[in-house]
Amino acid sequence: MRGRRPKGLASPFRPLVKEGVMRIRDPDRVFRFVCWGLAVGLVALVVGIGLTLLAGSLPSLKTFGLKFLWGRVWDPVNEEFGALPFVVGTLVTSVLALLITIPFALSSGIFLAEYAPPKIAGPLSSLVELLAGIPSVIYGLWALFYLVPLVRWFEMKVGAPPFGLGLPTASLVLAIMILPYAASITREVLRMVPHELKEAAYGLGATKWEVIRRVCLPYGLSGIVAGFLLSLGRALGETMAVTMVIGNRSEMPQSPWDLANTMASVIANEFTEASRDLHLSALIEIGLLLFLITLIVNTVARIIIVRLEVK
Amino acid sequence: MKKWLLLIGLGLLGFFCGSVRAGEVTLLGAGATFPYPLYSKWFHVYYQKTGVKVNYQSIGSGGGIRQILARTVDFGATDAPMSEEELAKAPGKILHLPMALGAVVVAYNVPGVPSGLKLTPQVLADIFLGKIRKWNDPRIVQLNPGIKFPGLPILVIHRSDGSGTTFNFTYYLSRVSPEWRKRVGYGKAVRWPTGIGGKGNEGVTGYLKQFPGAIGYIELAYAHQNKLPVAALQNKAGKFIRPTLESISAAARTNIPPDTRTLIVNTDAPEGYPLAAMTWILVYQEQAYGGRSLERARALVDLLWWCVHEAQEYNEALFYARLPENLVRINEKLLRSITYRGQPILQEK
Repeated sequence: MRGRRPKGLASPFRPLVKEGVMRIRDPDRVFRFVCWGLAVGLVALVVGIGLTLLAGSLPSLKTFGLKFLWGRVWDPVNEEFGALPFVVGTLVTSVLALLITIPFALSSGIFLAEYAPPKIAGPLSSLVELLAGIPSVIYGLWALFYLVPLVRWFEMKVGAPPFGLGLPTASLVLAIMILPYAASITREVLRMVPHELKEAAYGLGATKWEVIRRVCLPYGLSGIVAGFLLSLGRALGETMAVTMVIGNRSEMPQSPWDLANTMASVIANEFTEASRDLHLSALIEIGLLLFLITLIVNTVARIIIVRLEVK
Repeated sequence: MKKWLLLIGLGLLGFFCGSVRAGEVTLLGAGATFPYPLYSKWFHVYYQKTGVKVNYQSIGSGGGIRQILARTVDFGATDAPMSEEELAKAPGKILHLPMALGAVVVAYNVPGVPSGLKLTPQVLADIFLGKIRKWNDPRIVQLNPGIKFPGLPILVIHRSDGSGTTFNFTYYLSRVSPEWRKRVGYGKAVRWPTGIGGKGNEGVTGYLKQFPGAIGYIELAYAHQNKLPVAALQNKAGKFIRPTLESISAAARTNIPPDTRTLIVNTDAPEGYPLAAMTWILVYQEQAYGGRSLERARALVDLLWWCVHEAQEYNEALFYARLPENLVRINEKLLRSITYRGQPILQEK
């Protein structure tokens, strides 16, 4: 052990440390190496997943090229594959879900951080977080038995085709599923607003509403937006609950009430029994697309955080 | 420290020796999910009778074919016969042994029609093509005198996941409707002209129960368990046949080729239900491969012999139809052709 430490790096404290008391000579360096190694490993893992998906989708990439992106036909029998209906289904349900969730997440975050007395804020917060712990298949079942009849009733009222399934139901269940993430992040971000700022505003005679609007929200904006985008990322990849209520129709949705299909759910549906190579490869390419879309959403989130940072 | 290692080593050695000396072969199988309830019943009974364990993984027909091709299992299982290109990938000759018969049934949920719906293949195809849209369409009414149909829109429910059930159903529609063959074709997953996709038999069953006006195809057991009414279909001989265990079994009483690689949908048998299906176990004809012992090969053949004979009595309680006599004979012939280093394994029987 003794001879291993390079001479140049000898610690200035060395004379103070008794030999034998310290087993590992330089815990700082060891820790640094471990951190580096694991961090690089994580990056390598992400890159590896991307490369595996790319390799798996090569046959489909060669056959369809860029046409895969805007092809509207998904026909496993005649081996014609286009991803557009799934991309549209995924984006529409996720963005709708986010739009539905935003007012609820914002207001519950504000309420829990600013208005609720501590006695009920604690239990309420954990209740909201409990929503995040429910397995998605439970959400799917619940949506199938309670949400679907409700949506069907509503669709009959407004004269839409009364499926009860499809884009609106999927967006609603997704909105509920991402609500705890969006709400918790909003609450935490608002709690981190420095008291000095708020008290200064109160000192100037601002009302509570003005403090929230003019101080808390602008201060926490980047964090809140980032939280919403992370929730969007979760909605993009959600599979089970969506598959159960979206109707799984692999055609372009014609109206907001229509049945549709998402990228994650077509993979879940067809992967196990896709026996032809091109079919399998097309499904993997959908996976690659989903991976890229998630990557883009996260990158956009980073950019927004940087742009909105309070300077 | 060393003592400990020694003890653990001895323990492990004893453990492995013990399991080897117990000598019971554990056979491995993988494949189709459709016959899984039946196979697990069979293999459980077989274990109690003979002490031979069978570990069957229901990973889907595609997986079963991949695993038998890779020779990682003793037998594969599939709901659709292997295609020529798949067989060409095999390192040895693979035998298809039919084990039981099942059926795809057309179930429906029409208020006021608790049972007795009759459909011809053409009407069924046109419903699934989206050409017949209402339950009181004259073509349906004409087939079912005495039933009063509501003016409800027809809601088609199909499988959203790839499945052997879809394969059999779409293959049948392709056989009976030229338009279906041209516009849709057949496969484990197809481009559906209309309708809602449910995941798995349970998904389709769930939608069928929930939506008035729905019609869909599921396996017989699911219709029974959920008390869904099923349609009688007109077969090739012109008779309307309800899916019963007898009519399903009867569907295979027709000309089956010696390698059994055929689908029995749209059967010639006059009493046969037209949407019946076989489910197969796949084994290599030459069993001496990859260092397999003769003991193991013999255990496999004995098991399969038992499956096509005595085990058939467990079928009906689980809503699978028995193999008819002609299929049992073909199976016996195939099983006798299985060899170990060129020597037939089953000479004595």
